[in-house]
Amino acid sequence: MATKADSAALPADNAAGGTFPAIVLFAGWLFPGAGHLILGKWVRGLLLAAAILTMFAIGVALQGKVYTPNTGEPLDMLGFAGDLGVGLPYLLARFFGWGQAPVLIAIADYGTKFIVVAGLLNIVAAVDAHSLATGRKRS
Amino acid sequence: MTISHFTAVLVFAVCISVVFGITQRAEPKMMVRFGAYCFVLLVGVTIAASWGMWLIKH
Repeated sequence: MATKADSAALPADNAAGGTFPAIVLFAGWLFPGAGHLILGKWVRGLLLAAAILTMFAIGVALQGKVYTPNTGEPLDMLGFAGDLGVGLPYLLARFFGWGQAPVLIAIADYGTKFIVVAGLLNIVAAVDAHSLATGRKRS
Repeated sequence: MTISHFTAVLVFAVCISVVFGITQRAEPKMMVRFGAYCFVLLVGVTIAASWGMWLIKH
């Protein structure tokens, strides 16, 4: 069981290693798994990257919709917030125009959900990396 | 690209289980267990709901 002394020592250890929680959080958002990779959690980082990027790629391949901002529809705004969570892949999708075709079949709607959930999972992963960097999560 | 609905469920469950397992538990052994638990729950509930809808229809 962790003692107060152990818990207090963790942030100091991370700080000594030059790991800044805000940078870990930003990197984790920008590229899936990057936050864990910065912290030296190679297996976790690669697994997170594989899982999240696979979901995003399959969503795009299924011709799912990539949401854009300022459509005025509340559900579109929520979809945009979810999509944005995946970071760089979302920006690439916007740059290359992926996911702009209208969703006409059920499987494409699944693709839309894959893309949104990939973004939400990436936010969870980035926050987890941040918790590791601050010492809130032990290992 | 097209995939079957069940394949979509499996891929969806695997990816979510990996992320949940890693982020919601601290020890590697518990990560695997929680990931497997999430996978079984996601797929199991989907299959159960599918049979439920089939029964309602028939």
